[in-house]
Parts: sequence; C-alpha cells; structure tokens
Amino acid sequence: MSETNLDRRDFLTKSSIGLAGLAIAPGMLLFDMAHARPLGEAASNKVRWGMLIDNNKCETGCNDCVTACNTENGLSGGTKPTDSQWIRKVQLKDTFTGRVSSLPMMCQHCENPPCVDVCPTQASFKRADGIVLVDKHICIGCRYCVMACPYQARSFVHEVLHDQKPEVPRGKGTVESCTLCVHRIDKGDTTACAEACTKAGHKAILFGDLNDPESEISKRIRTVTSTQIRADLGLNTGVRYEGI
Amino acid sequence: MNMALRLAAILFSIFITTAVHAADKPILPNIDIGKGGQCVEPDHALMRKTHMNLLKHQRDETMRKGIRGQKYSLAECVECHASTKTNSVLGSNEAFCQGCHAYAAVKLDCFECHANKRKVTAEASK
Repeated sequence: MSETNLDRRDFLTKSSIGLAGLAIAPGMLLFDMAHARPLGEAASNKVRWGMLIDNNKCETGCNDCVTACNTENGLSGGTKPTDSQWIRKVQLKDTFTGRVSSLPMMCQHCENPPCVDVCPTQASFKRADGIVLVDKHICIGCRYCVMACPYQARSFVHEVLHDQKPEVPRGKGTVESCTLCVHRIDKGDTTACAEACTKAGHKAILFGDLNDPESEISKRIRTVTSTQIRADLGLNTGVRYEGI
Repeated sequence: MNMALRLAAILFSIFITTAVHAADKPILPNIDIGKGGQCVEPDHALMRKTHMNLLKHQRDETMRKGIRGQKYSLAECVECHASTKTNSVLGSNEAFCQGCHAYAAVKLDCFECHANKRKVTAEASK
C-alpha cells in the first residue's frame, strides 16, 4: 500500500512540475486543461462529450479521419461486410441542385441509445459522460444492437484478432463501435478523427463538452444551425452536423 | 518366505522414500517473471490466488465508470511480467501467464481481446 502511495506522490510531484513549466502566470496555462479529469476519478454526468461536424469543411475524397481511427484503434481498414468499421465517409448528392458532399458517419453517442435499450446482457451501456460503449466482457455477440442502431454504426468481430492495441481491447465474438476515443478523452486528449481532420487543415470535426456553455462546441451550436441525423427518432445524438 | 518378506520390505521402503521425495519437491512450472520487481501486492501467494478477482473488480470500475490509473491493471501485469526476450506473457509454457495457466489447467481468456505484449518504445526496440 505504502509503495503505491509513494508512486502516486511521485507522479503528482512530477506532473505538477510539468504543469508549472507550461504556466504563463499563476492560474493561467498555455492550453486549456479543463477537460482533463483527474486520474482515478469516475466520469461525471456534468460533462457530455460530443462532436460537431461541418459538412461544408469536410473535403470529398479525404479519408484522413477514417485512417486515423483505424490506426488509433488497431482496425484492419478493410471495408468488407465482415470487417469492423467504426467510422465511414458517406457521400451525399442533392439530386435537385447536384451538390455532392461527404461526411464522416460513426456512432452518434445518443442520449437515448437504442443499442442500450435492446441489449439483453447490459453489455451495451452509456457512460455518465455520454459515451456509448460495449462492455466486451459480458457481450454475448447476439448483435441485437447492430440491428437496433439507426446509423449502422456497430460492427461484429468475426475472426480471431492478434496484436490489439493495449488501450483498445477487441476480440472475436463481440460487437464494437466508435468509443469516441475514450482512452484518449480520459487523458484529456481529443478524438483521433478530430485530431486528423485538424491536422489535414480542414477543421471539420469539433470535439468538446456539450454541457459546458463556455466550450467551443457549445458556443458554435448556439450560433449556427446544426442538425442531428434522424432527429425524428428523438435520440438526442451527441454528434451533430452542420451544413447538411 | 523370509527372503520374500525381506524383498517386500525393501521395495516398500524405496516406494515410501520416493513418495516422500516427490512431496518434498513438487514439480513446479519454470516461469519467466520478466522484469519482475515489486508487485502491487507483496504477498505472492495472495496474488496467485486472487489476481483474477482484483482484476475483475478493477476492470468494471474502469470500463463502466472510467476510473483509470488504479492499483490493479492488466496492462501493468504485462508491463512487468512480459518476457524480456519476447515482450509477451504468452507464447510458451515458460511465459508468465501461459506457463502457470497451462500448469494449473485453467483457461486464459484475457488475451483474446487484450494485448499480451509490452508496449515497446521506438528507442527501446533499437
């Protein structure tokens, strides 16, 4: 026990030294640390993670978010019906105006997720901070959730997998989907797709806390028109789109 | 008759000694403990007996509530106990997890989903 406490103290000392280096003045940091939840603290429903995707900025033909997701989560990148796809680029064509655009489609992290409703083992669940996940320890692979999801966001793992990422356990016989990069969010990072989109210069994916009125995403959805896909279902999705 | 009895006695005593010897030195698996060092619980017998319970409790806390960085973690088991040669806790009957589970004839499910290899940094692998 004492051993652990020492480690913890050591960790806190080191991290505070690191933070002090980044502080411009007392109480002011170079970057926004508000999102990083202290290690060991449970996710809270004061936060609701979400994303705003700007269809106008999303480049047709660009696949960076999909590639980043595959790399981050150790997915094969295959697009066969039996391959796992956590995020897809969908092309839209307005038949009247002829406008062609594309947008990334993934788990919409609903407030009232149908996948959670139908799960017979409660493996499909919503975390306090709004992230919808599958507990693969108790998932029996029945695939009810795959059927229930209106966004076709869930995949089933058909084959034995090897060399999974340490932060992203995946295995045969279970259902999986976008985790909103939960392992990154818990560290205070943004999602891999949002990071890749920003890196590519498109800045079409904005990730943030929908419950915090001061967050960039909240300010944006307050000022511009954004829509939920299949809003008629009343699921209150965490992922919103603008420009569609 | 006398001879036969004596022979039986000798055989019996040999049998007893071997039996006692076997009990003295049980055949234990030869396990590669990897880096080793201070375990999260200093009592090794306790770890052998209860590591699955500790991990199971912790996994639910992490999965459901998002509590990370706690004392018991499968990734940390692998970090310390993966073989220094193969960086894995599986692969042979000397590997830390597989070796003992093969010895005890207990199915090991963790690594069908979880990574069995230590995270090797680019510098360390050079």
